[in-house]
Amino acid sequence: MPGPPPLPFAALPVFWLIGSQLVVAALVLAAGRRRPRSAVIVSAGALAAAFGWLAAQVGTITSGGVVVEHLTWVPHLGVSLDLRLDGLALIMGMVVTGAGALITLYSGAYFKWGPPTARFVGYLTAFAASMLGIVVSDNLYGLFVFWELTTITSYLLIGFEDEKGSARAAALQALLVTGVGGLAMLGGLVLLAQQAGTSSLAALLADPPGGTVTTVALLLVLAGAFTKSAQVPFHFWLPGAMAAPTPASAYLHSATMVKAGVFLLARISPAFHTIPFWTPLVVGIGLTTMILGAWRALRQHDLKLLLAYGTVSQLGLLTALFGMGTPAAVYAGVAMLLAHALFKAPLFLVVGAIDKQTHCRDIRLLDGLARRMPGALAVALAAGLSMAGVLPLFGFVAKEAAFEALLARSPWLLALVAASSALTVAYTARALWGAFGRKPVSAQADLVGAKAGGTPLFLLLPAALPAALGLAFGLLPGLAAPLLEATVGTAGAGALKLWPGLKPALGVSAATLLAGLLLFARRDAVERLQRAGHRRLLAKWAPTGEGIYRRALAGLNRSADRVTAVVQSGSLPVYLGIILLTVILLPGSALVLGTALPRVDFGGHWAQFLTGGVVAAAALAILRVRRRMAAVVLLGAVGYGMAGLFIVYGAPDLALTQLLIETLGIVIFALVLYRLPTHFSEARWRLGRALRLGVSAAVGLFVTGAALAVGTASRPPPVSAYFNENALSAGGGRNVVNVILTDFRALDTLGEITVVATAAIGIAGLVTGAVRSRRKRQEP
Amino acid sequence: MKHRPSLIAQTGLRIVFHTLVVLSVYLLAAGHNAPGGGFIGGLVVGAALTLVWAVDGPQRLRATLPLPTFTVIGLGLLAAAAAGTIAWAQGRPFFEAVAFGLDLPLFGKVKLTSVFLFDAGVYLVVMGMVLGILVNLGEEVEA
Repeated sequence: MPGPPPLPFAALPVFWLIGSQLVVAALVLAAGRRRPRSAVIVSAGALAAAFGWLAAQVGTITSGGVVVEHLTWVPHLGVSLDLRLDGLALIMGMVVTGAGALITLYSGAYFKWGPPTARFVGYLTAFAASMLGIVVSDNLYGLFVFWELTTITSYLLIGFEDEKGSARAAALQALLVTGVGGLAMLGGLVLLAQQAGTSSLAALLADPPGGTVTTVALLLVLAGAFTKSAQVPFHFWLPGAMAAPTPASAYLHSATMVKAGVFLLARISPAFHTIPFWTPLVVGIGLTTMILGAWRALRQHDLKLLLAYGTVSQLGLLTALFGMGTPAAVYAGVAMLLAHALFKAPLFLVVGAIDKQTHCRDIRLLDGLARRMPGALAVALAAGLSMAGVLPLFGFVAKEAAFEALLARSPWLLALVAASSALTVAYTARALWGAFGRKPVSAQADLVGAKAGGTPLFLLLPAALPAALGLAFGLLPGLAAPLLEATVGTAGAGALKLWPGLKPALGVSAATLLAGLLLFARRDAVERLQRAGHRRLLAKWAPTGEGIYRRALAGLNRSADRVTAVVQSGSLPVYLGIILLTVILLPGSALVLGTALPRVDFGGHWAQFLTGGVVAAAALAILRVRRRMAAVVLLGAVGYGMAGLFIVYGAPDLALTQLLIETLGIVIFALVLYRLPTHFSEARWRLGRALRLGVSAAVGLFVTGAALAVGTASRPPPVSAYFNENALSAGGGRNVVNVILTDFRALDTLGEITVVATAAIGIAGLVTGAVRSRRKRQEP
Repeated sequence: MKHRPSLIAQTGLRIVFHTLVVLSVYLLAAGHNAPGGGFIGGLVVGAALTLVWAVDGPQRLRATLPLPTFTVIGLGLLAAAAAGTIAWAQGRPFFEAVAFGLDLPLFGKVKLTSVFLFDAGVYLVVMGMVLGILVNLGEEVEA
């Protein structure tokens, strides 16, 4: 069979874009422990190089080109690494690599260049590689693989401080929620690929299938996107994930991973938004999430949690925009996505810097940091004003585009988003005031902040760059516009303007700003209202997503306990009996019903009667002996007899293996028998004895019958003929058995030796465990 | 049960041990064309190590080992998996056999195949498993 031509790996830049990050991650994890600085430099350098390569592609992409690469992986299942760099992939890729490089630098300072640095940076780089994979995957299954890789790497990052139980629980929660969503998505993707007859995303979107199956498939895919992007009712894992170190929160939970879900929506929504259920469902979920997140952000005292709920809200808005699927909405959505990465990451990074300098994130306790950390204040102001959508910043420009897209659809949508914008202004003010403002002196609270020193350069610079970029894109929207247009494919789908003119959208902006500031001014009243509402209504009546998650997990554990208690009785005869009865009932009945009694041919070498006689005699003798060791030796005799039969039939390899196995087997039996009584115990239960006899006899009959039937019933040309003919030509060996093991069936053999290795580990574990428990019993 | 080395057994072991090890390597190397292979070779070297355990005791067995049991097993698995990727790197399906001609100074032309690397992996895993059983189960017989 001629294979595909050798792949010139060097000529696959997009492949290496991902591959190099994985290599760097492995390198840093393996060798970076003692060299945290080098680890940070290598990782940040690799990500910056990837960013540079992507930036060099801007010209190609904005002029309408795409970079496409194909790598076959499992061709029989349609699984391949098809990589496709288009406008949307480019902009996401630049966010992933750019933010990745900066946050890697930041992590070095965050961990004070200590021992955990390299492990963290390594995970982060591996995560960046997975995220890049999602962004450029054109194959549905490839997309899923990278999707799950981000789930796994984010699990490692959230649970990074693994000595803390809370971090482990949060990591597990994020893993389970996004993992379950990912599995649902896999189901959806398989259905979609079946419906469309292709596993290529581009081909699927060019000619989208319809019908009920597609609807089900899309609902499953949406489950994946909603869990990943923390949409109601799955939003609870995102605030929980704030147990991660702050650089991870800044990277995963604001700039990248949570964007995977909305990114997928942006990809598929233009093709599917005409299906009736799509827009109401996606926009509805998005808007609910948007309002809920912003509302709950107003109640937080922990700066990180406040920002996390803000992110939930922004993700809701992005979901709603992408869910509409029209070019104008998608265009505004991508602008919002970029703006969000540019303002939310710096805010997280500033919070991390504050946390490092004061060991506090509680806005009730932080006081007077404006004077102590002026650099951080400047960055936070630039980013915060962008988040609130204030005039010369990119957040404003993007929000205006969103308002216009919404206004074109329905004024009601605009009203909802405007309300959420007002809440956004309020929580932004709360965050900025909370972090940097002066608090009224209170007797109980021990205010911190007065002792804080300046901010280290690497805790500030990575935050300052994106914030500055947010300002630059705000002042000169023309800088970002061509890239955004490339994502939608049509020029002028929307227009980014700094000064939109006196249009309704501007009025809405002004109104939301005023309303938000008013909400902030009356923050105590708002907080009281929220608390009362939460206590009276929500806590009692509404089932929260988190509550359902907890109950489902507890229920699963309970039912697993019950099932195990029933199924795993711990009695060896019962296990063996069940296995053997299954053999008798299933293949046994098929044998009895399905095959005619074959003609038995006893011809052959005389020596087979001799060896057969030895085997039979030894087997009968086993039934009579009462000493365990004698039984083992007789079992060995059975085995040696079998080896003799192999020799008679001309299979020296099998005979050799059998002899060696029998020999070693007796030794190992002896090791085990050393711990057991010398004699078998007498059977106490008469019926049990009869039952065992019956089962044994039936199994014996079945095996005999099956051996005869299999030997005579093979009608299609046996595979052994192929093996015999091709062993030398294809496998390059004259020993057919060996060629089968190491070439034709090499994957099976690999699986088998993995089982052997696992068994060896299991034995070690059992013995060490037994020894330990015995020691414990001896020395109380 | 105190360990009492027997002189006859020890002398016998000195003669047999190295022969068995060489035989196992021969079986491994010849296995592709004649009876043998990684599995059988691994069992033979396992038998040799069992003899060391039985005659000289577990202490001596552990002293004989150059590497910890699980390192042997891990290396074996790694070698077997790596053998599969050789064909991959040339753009051909996983585990397709790849042969190299090699000109060694003393041996002349030698044909090395990825199959040999795979078989060597099997050899190491099987040997490691026998070792693991001896080291773990055999410990307490002595103690």
